[in-house]
Amino acid sequence: MRIDRSSSKSDSLTIIQPSSGWNIVDFKELKDYRDLFYFLVWRDIKTLYAQTIMGFSWAIIQPLVQIVLFTIIFGKIARLSTDGIPYILFSTVAIIPWTYMSQAMSNSSQSLIQGSNMLGKIYFPRLLFPITPVLSKLVDFGISLLIVLCLLLYYRVSPTWNLLFLPLFLIMMMSIPTAIGLWLSSLAIRFRDVKQVMPFFIQMLMYSAPIVYSASSIPESFRLLYSLNPIVGVIEGLRACLLGTPMPWMYIWPGMVAAVFLLISGALYFKRMERIVVDVI
Amino acid sequence: MHDSNIAIKVENISKCYRIGMKENMHDTFGHTILDCLKSPLKNYRKYRSLYNFDDIHPDQDNIPSDVVWAVRDISFEVEKGEVVGIIGVNGAGKSTLLKILSKITVPTSGRVTIRGRISSLLEVGTGFHPELTGRENVYLNGTILGMRKKEIDRKFDEIVDFSGIEKFIETPVKRYSSGMRVRLAFAVAAYLEPEILLIDEVLAVGDARFQKKCLDKMQDVGRQGRTVLFVSHNMPAVTRLCPRTILLNGGRVQVDDLSHRVVSSYMHSEKGTKAERIWHDMMGAPGDEVVRLCSVRVRTKDGRITESVDISQPVKIEMEYEVLQPGYELRVYYHAINEEGIEAFLSIDTDPTWLKKPRPIGRFVSNSWIPGNLLSEGTYFIGPGIYTVNPHEKRFRVSDAVAIHVIDSMDGNGARVNFVGNLSGVVRPLLKWETIFAPSGNSVATETMIGEANS
Repeated sequence: MRIDRSSSKSDSLTIIQPSSGWNIVDFKELKDYRDLFYFLVWRDIKTLYAQTIMGFSWAIIQPLVQIVLFTIIFGKIARLSTDGIPYILFSTVAIIPWTYMSQAMSNSSQSLIQGSNMLGKIYFPRLLFPITPVLSKLVDFGISLLIVLCLLLYYRVSPTWNLLFLPLFLIMMMSIPTAIGLWLSSLAIRFRDVKQVMPFFIQMLMYSAPIVYSASSIPESFRLLYSLNPIVGVIEGLRACLLGTPMPWMYIWPGMVAAVFLLISGALYFKRMERIVVDVI
Repeated sequence: MHDSNIAIKVENISKCYRIGMKENMHDTFGHTILDCLKSPLKNYRKYRSLYNFDDIHPDQDNIPSDVVWAVRDISFEVEKGEVVGIIGVNGAGKSTLLKILSKITVPTSGRVTIRGRISSLLEVGTGFHPELTGRENVYLNGTILGMRKKEIDRKFDEIVDFSGIEKFIETPVKRYSSGMRVRLAFAVAAYLEPEILLIDEVLAVGDARFQKKCLDKMQDVGRQGRTVLFVSHNMPAVTRLCPRTILLNGGRVQVDDLSHRVVSSYMHSEKGTKAERIWHDMMGAPGDEVVRLCSVRVRTKDGRITESVDISQPVKIEMEYEVLQPGYELRVYYHAINEEGIEAFLSIDTDPTWLKKPRPIGRFVSNSWIPGNLLSEGTYFIGPGIYTVNPHEKRFRVSDAVAIHVIDSMDGNGARVNFVGNLSGVVRPLLKWETIFAPSGNSVATETMIGEANS
């Protein structure tokens, strides 16, 4: 039954052994699985609003309701200071990215547990699971940007050179749910407490960032500590990009450093937990 | 890196799991409260320790009670193009071994070297999403199994054709019947083209006809020079598809040999029936004061005692018994019953030498030949018995005294020709066939009859 084949394809060599210590992410392997990654993201997008009446309109309705609520409560009733920007505009440019980040990070943190059945049946780089929501949620984000666009047109905010920084802040915006997702998804496989903590963790994150209020209302002495939260930098940066206000770099740099640190440490921790995920989950 | 002809090299693989940690029982409410307060710390330690085996080695015997060895010190090599079966009782470590080889889980110790592109099939339809259409699931499932998108594009029509559900390919899978879902999932799996394929008992699902189709396809896989590791409980399938089989027991390799030998020894250890049975103690032997059974054995045509026999070869059933009282006319017989409990036949000794004659005291041996190409594949249990004719009385009947494993090595000369699926039926005779060609479209049957009448 044996047939000798030309060994053109047979050069792939796999070695399986108990690995210990801290490994770095295997980018070559990720590249090999890029088709799977594509279909996983696509499955997420395709099935998100399956069998709903409103379909992708939900991507607009959800943040819109929040914007209206916040504008009434914090803008009209509490009258928070917004450095002279109309409150609805001020809060919208923050709520849209925040909605993206919070949804992506909570999906990401549950991704391994929800996919545990698949993890036990087939091998693929486990990293694909927590980073899938980070990409698939971008669709919602893109759609809900329409709200921002409408408001910018309505208030006749003209684009400035600050807009050039947009890609930078979008990348930073994506890195946050990635980092938190890596950490929490790998913690959650052993400690299901993560799921219980998630709702108020997200709530706390929201109030820790200048989403409903302005960063300038934080006392100067706490500014560095405050801006170590990378969400602060993302929100302030995006606000400056879109509204053309001066770029508040002092809020952004600490957050960038923190985001990079979180991302690298998350990836390392995830790699360490990845190999035991099937046995422990 | 020395031997490039080895596809899979497994060296001293072990894997342990920490199972069910003891939960304390509380007898008073106070204890329960106290424990609730203490439990976060305890739980933290417990869940942390779920995967910590630093203090455990496969060769040590005094392991903690909550640690089990699923696979222990397994080593073997599989050459390129070899098709190897893996059998064993539940919990023998088959699935764990396959999970280690397919990189799903990491061994606690040891090392595996795999040369070539590998795919594993532990389940069909992994990742199927009910909301997606058949087409979308084919792509999703295909990429999960390790195919590239381009590859699926190329094979898509064949896959759909194989599944036989062209009409519903654009329907969400949640509207499918479970059978349709399985067929679609199988179709994707059948078109995997890795160099090394690991298959768990996935063939247990699906209707019989479809299973056959898949086995055919799998056999193709073997023919194409692919390395296959096949975990199964289906012994005829294992002997048919895999020339070599590894028997696992308690996480270790018990036997690693030619399939028919391994399957025989497995069936033997499972059912306790072998090719020879001898009653040394005359008083404990089956029978009564008239006649007692001494031994039963299965022999090949060259006289060897054997547990397994090729489907094309005859086999001899040998019954030895002692007549203790003279003057009785005996009928010696046996039943042959297959694994499912279906009786293949009952055979009575028809040798005229002693057929209708009273027998003297002494030893007799009755031999019977089961011809080749009679029984189909599988295990047959031989249940011998003797009764006296006058008075008509059963002297003994032993069920499952010995067993024969009929195996089909598929050399293409047998009754199955080169069909690889499961052939049904208790018997598989090699009948005489005649096929006549009638070029003009005349009735062949009439012509033959005339021809035969003339000759």
